[in-house]
Amino acid sequence: MAERIAIVGVGQTHHKSKRPDVTTAEMIAESVERCLEDAGLQMKDVDHLVGGSFEVADGYHCPDKWIIPELGAVGKAGLELQNVGTTGGVLAVASFNIAATGLFDTVLCYSWQKMDEAAGAFGRGGGGANEYWTGQFPMSPITNFARRTYAYMDRSGCTEEHIAMVRVKQDQCALKNPYAQLRLGLTVEQVMSDVLLAWPIRRLHMCPTTAGAAAFIVCPEERAKKVTDKPVWVEDWFTCHQGGALTMAEDPTSSTLRHACEVVYKRQNIKNPVKEIQAWEVYEPASPAELRWMEEVGICEDYTAWKLFEQDKVGIDKEVPFNPSGGVTATNPIGATPVVRLVEAALQVRGDAGEHQIPGKIERALATGYGGQGENVIMLLRKTL
Amino acid sequence: MAENLPEISSEPIVAGVTAHSNFLVSTGATGTKFLSELRDNKKIMGIKCPKCSKVYVPPRTHCPTCFARMSEWVELSGKGSLSSYTVVRYKEPYMPKEPPYAYGVIQMDGADTGMAHILGEVDLDKIKVGMRLEPVFKEQREGSILDIDYFKPSS
Ligand SMILES: [Zn+2]
Repeated sequence: MAERIAIVGVGQTHHKSKRPDVTTAEMIAESVERCLEDAGLQMKDVDHLVGGSFEVADGYHCPDKWIIPELGAVGKAGLELQNVGTTGGVLAVASFNIAATGLFDTVLCYSWQKMDEAAGAFGRGGGGANEYWTGQFPMSPITNFARRTYAYMDRSGCTEEHIAMVRVKQDQCALKNPYAQLRLGLTVEQVMSDVLLAWPIRRLHMCPTTAGAAAFIVCPEERAKKVTDKPVWVEDWFTCHQGGALTMAEDPTSSTLRHACEVVYKRQNIKNPVKEIQAWEVYEPASPAELRWMEEVGICEDYTAWKLFEQDKVGIDKEVPFNPSGGVTATNPIGATPVVRLVEAALQVRGDAGEHQIPGKIERALATGYGGQGENVIMLLRKTL
Repeated sequence: MAENLPEISSEPIVAGVTAHSNFLVSTGATGTKFLSELRDNKKIMGIKCPKCSKVYVPPRTHCPTCFARMSEWVELSGKGSLSSYTVVRYKEPYMPKEPPYAYGVIQMDGADTGMAHILGEVDLDKIKVGMRLEPVFKEQREGSILDIDYFKPSS
């Protein structure tokens, strides 16, 4: 029988485009210090670590060899994992699995990306660059989301203006989040006249390059209750994959998100997600992805999410509180990005999100990780057991 | 089934992939202090843990034992003893010197850690663990660990 588990502490850096003032290890230590302080614990209390980044983008290999000493964690049990954009989600799932065994009391998950050091690392990015059939046409996340967004617009009636509304909503949320990187005060007109990368994707629609780190501590039930009076229970988690870009001929707008949510909702007997889940932190690498993601997590019918933006129903204090932190188009330290989603969702459940706190009781929050054109990690948090 | 593996019909086609990227490494506030002392004053600085008093060179910000933030700098003489070494006799890209040359880990006087560097002005067949060493600085220094050209046997 697995242990019930809870998040007892979270921490993140103030995300920026450049952090020359710290090494990668020091940047991670910053988030870990904040996380330990939040939990009221010390490094000596931690008995397992799980860490990682999207290593190809950082240009390092085996960075744990010099991060672990910087964290004062030499000799502790630990794993280093990576899986492109979903890295943080994979780290979280591994941390949950380890805590749920009951073999370890206090599992620290740390994650990072320092993209100010990764000049040109994305020359062959995205689209399954290692698989021959797509690797010969190295589609970046930009071209892939352009292709998927155009297919979405073609099927739904959504226009370029609606996509710009999504970006403006994200920015309005980020303006209330002191940890967010891009806090711009955008208008729909500004977004629509921004540099075109691949129609309909403009520069402002894509996630930025970020230097940042995020961490959390997860414990089995008994330990969690001793550490904090505000445990955030991890109710369920699930991760799955699909093929690369070219296997999505049937529905180019779709992802594994729908399937992953169906699995988790069924297991937790969630019938009406929009009512039963009060906070959403869903990994959107490009602003228009948010539309399809809202449909796939069950907030609205297929190809209707853009209407919610037209009706001004999406925002921190609106009908659909989707990505109150400002999301991934505001902040994207890739390897840490899904952990940032989890940290933000946990803060919402605790009621500690500050200016971007969703009003009312947050009984459930859903965070996701996304990467490699179709992998999804679902992390469902709960206030009460 | 494993016994039904397809037979390849011609010479196997294996595609080439070219990937080349340049990366930067931030040395941070602590590393920048160490490297600018090397560059500007030819000084080797260590950093001391406020909890366990260990001195680290090259420096880091957190003590690996205590996870305490360190900020007390200690000036070292630069002299030390060789704790281990190897002689490189093969060539590959990104090497800092033309082989043959020697890498050593130097236990600096006044520090509790070893520091990796190159050994110079030494007969490669006569290097001995424990031998005394001192740094030789480059004339043109740019704020790099290679502003120390190498460590040589000290008299
Ligand atoms: Zn110490």
